[in-house]
Amino acid sequence: MRAPGGSQGGREAVAGDILLSVEDVSLSFGGVKAVSGVSFDIRKGEIRAIIGPNGAGKTSMLNVINGFYHPQQGRITFKGEARPRMRPHDAAHGGIARTFQNVALFRGMSALDNIMAGRTLKMNANFFWQMLRYGPAMREEVEHRHKVEEIIDFLKIQEIRRTPVGRLPYGLQKRVELGRALAMEPELLLLDEPMAGMNLEEKEDMSRYILDMNDYFGTTVALIEHDMGVVMDLSDRVVVLDHGIKIADGTPDEIKGNQAVIDAYLGVAH
Amino acid sequence: MASNDSAIADTFPRLLIRNARLFGSRPSMRHKDLGIWQTWTWAQVLEIVRAYAIGLHRLGLKRGETIAIVGSNRPKLYWSVMAAQTLGAIPVPVYADAVADELSFVLAHADVRFAAVEDQEQIDKIQSVQDRLPKLELMLYDEPRGLRDYDHASLRSMDDVIADGRKALADDPQPGVWLDAEIAATKGSDPSIILYTSGTTGTSKGVVLSGERSIKAASDTVAFDKLDEYDVALAYLPIAWVGDHYLNYAQGLVAGFCMACPESADTAMSDLREIGPSFYFAPPRTLEAMLTRVMIRMEDAGALKRKMFHYFLGVARRYGERILNDQPVPLTGRLLYWLGNLLVYGPLKNVLGFSRVRVAYTAGEAIGPDLFAFYRSIGLNLKQLYGQTEAFLYVTAQPDGEIYSDTVGPASPNVDIRIADNGEVLFKSPGQFTGYFKDAAKTAEALTPDGYVMTGDAGYFDDKSGHLKIIDRAKDVGRLNDGTMFPPKYIENRLKFFPNIREAVAFGDKRDFVTVMLNIDLTAVGSWAERNNVSYASYQELAGHPLVYDMLARNVAEVNRSLAADKMLAGAQIKRFLVLHKELDADDGELTRTQKVRRGFVAERYAPLVKALYDGSSEADISTEVTFEDGRKGVISARVKIRDMAPASAMENAA
Repeated sequence: MRAPGGSQGGREAVAGDILLSVEDVSLSFGGVKAVSGVSFDIRKGEIRAIIGPNGAGKTSMLNVINGFYHPQQGRITFKGEARPRMRPHDAAHGGIARTFQNVALFRGMSALDNIMAGRTLKMNANFFWQMLRYGPAMREEVEHRHKVEEIIDFLKIQEIRRTPVGRLPYGLQKRVELGRALAMEPELLLLDEPMAGMNLEEKEDMSRYILDMNDYFGTTVALIEHDMGVVMDLSDRVVVLDHGIKIADGTPDEIKGNQAVIDAYLGVAH
Repeated sequence: MASNDSAIADTFPRLLIRNARLFGSRPSMRHKDLGIWQTWTWAQVLEIVRAYAIGLHRLGLKRGETIAIVGSNRPKLYWSVMAAQTLGAIPVPVYADAVADELSFVLAHADVRFAAVEDQEQIDKIQSVQDRLPKLELMLYDEPRGLRDYDHASLRSMDDVIADGRKALADDPQPGVWLDAEIAATKGSDPSIILYTSGTTGTSKGVVLSGERSIKAASDTVAFDKLDEYDVALAYLPIAWVGDHYLNYAQGLVAGFCMACPESADTAMSDLREIGPSFYFAPPRTLEAMLTRVMIRMEDAGALKRKMFHYFLGVARRYGERILNDQPVPLTGRLLYWLGNLLVYGPLKNVLGFSRVRVAYTAGEAIGPDLFAFYRSIGLNLKQLYGQTEAFLYVTAQPDGEIYSDTVGPASPNVDIRIADNGEVLFKSPGQFTGYFKDAAKTAEALTPDGYVMTGDAGYFDDKSGHLKIIDRAKDVGRLNDGTMFPPKYIENRLKFFPNIREAVAFGDKRDFVTVMLNIDLTAVGSWAERNNVSYASYQELAGHPLVYDMLARNVAEVNRSLAADKMLAGAQIKRFLVLHKELDADDGELTRTQKVRRGFVAERYAPLVKALYDGSSEADISTEVTFEDGRKGVISARVKIRDMAPASAMENAA
């Protein structure tokens, strides 16, 4: 699928600056330790996968990154700025967008309106003009609509532009959700199981869009995914969690051969 | 109306110049891009095409050379056609959905050095067969997406080529002068385009058309349907098909009307509604799909709406066609129809995008009388035409007010029709082709000694209306062993008029009786299954369902009754039928690209089934290879049941 001349299987290493780093982060709910002492970093322009068996703390980790949970210990540095706790609002303003494990769209609204909603943070016209939908607010809306149409074109969902998303099949709903996250023009995009519940063809499509997005918009991606084939093909580097502890970190090839990872997934013979 | 002028402008580039002069600020082309309809006027199109032509010349495209055009309906591909013609080069459009093999045949046969393609998908397809195309040097693309990592030695963006030409024209007056001389040097009799036939009858042939003849034919029909620069058409049918080149490109240039390109194939229906064309063409298949969708949606509507809909459709059936044909209608009928138009027909036509349609045509295959009557009764001026690539489309067309569902109309203006002794339709037309590309032998075969083109279709003139009636392909009309006439297509079409049946293939030539293979229509039968609590997991399972067989058996019985009523065909009733486990598909070679059944190929491919149809067995096993869109292959196997039919009771009466 990759262009001629491109590397076969796996991707060329990206040696960008560090965009986000997580240092010694621990998070617990009462007595349950969801994440303990995890450190890793995400470089600019790379696709970074977080994998692990069920309950390993992957989603908790994403929630820590975008400020939904506050870790009890450790710190997160995003774009050179360290903060012990990040609020979701700050994360969004700072350029972190995400999609969810289950579809979280406005089901009664059209695909277009849903993606338009992703532009909210970029709207600057004051409330007065927005109410009138006139003057600066109108100019701004035209601009945003153009951006949204580029995303619709990119994701090839022109034919469902006006369809309420509740009526769309699951695979397309996921694509609209990706569109809404893209509409924020994020620097870092967090994808929580973007391919869960999809059939093979939908998975291939989604992988294509993630790669293209990374290519064209230069979006840095952190994704959680269970399909190992997808993870190994898409990602530049993989971090593996098990029971809230980091057990491995490296390129897909390194991870494939890592005994700790194999044990975590397949169990150990006693 | 500008058809007087076109006598002087006998090439498309000259027509373009004329249009820019006469209707410079009128829209020539629209395209929905990023959700917004973009418009180019005739003057703008002329400027772009000139720049593009210079750009192509600088890349080395010369007079008389061919350039392939591959992709969906997009302004830049139409401009590629115009720019090539401006240089005296010959565009060769190719079906965008052709698989790599078909594509390589046409590209190699036409000796193309250049190809103007839509996007990465087409480039990938051509590159996969590049070893068979030693002459191909350069591909020009419209959509840059996905091409960043490609080797650009043999790729150019159309935008860059146009920009390069524009700069050359701005820097120096000389190229402009040179281009004017080139346009003047092109003769009307020079080849203007090569259209490859879809291959209903074997491998496709390159039909060469000249500018002069094309324009003469288009001028006649533009006058016939009174088209002018205020008309609008939606160009949504394949560029490589004669219909698109004639109805939209040639007529558009002759009449000066606006051609709108849809955003993508998937959005064509909503684009149709937004554009609201005044001139519209649709094959019967499309019209049928539209009607099926409307009917299915009405099933889900509230009781009041449903009642109103069916009541007023009844009114339309009684008076609609007569009102459209300007025949006398009682006052109550007119009033009811007026009310129906307000409540049902108007809104329905609006939803379908037909509100502004003044002239609509359908052709390509027989249209069901009910389907035809439906659209006419709600006030759509739908007419039939009969045509061929070799004729540059029109052979016959129905004039306003003389419409019958079973005829294709009288000869078009300046077309001369003759029926040969064996029933074959022969014609001479103003747009007639100059020959098949690089195939003088085939050209000679297609012509009678006195210069008439043989259509290969059997037909006759109807006594009552004087219109031409087409029954079947002349060579397909066969005989049963007892001597009864067997027109397969006639029987297939009767079957296909039922919404449940998508495709039918009839056998019977040199056999004892007639049998058919059927394809169910998944939309109609699927919706029926849903309403009747019939559960199924796949197309194959639904197709083989006993209740589906029962339903289709009733349809077949009805066809048998109508055949029994005709003395000539009473013996050609269907004795046995089966429902195929997969849909016939052009990718598997079972249909042509224009969706016509290739009967011989189907008989070979499903030989075990044909054998079982005639040896009395009640079921048969079959496994077939299928080709997926990306060229990979797979195998589908199934056990198919066969149903016996009792001959219709009318047969005894008739016999």
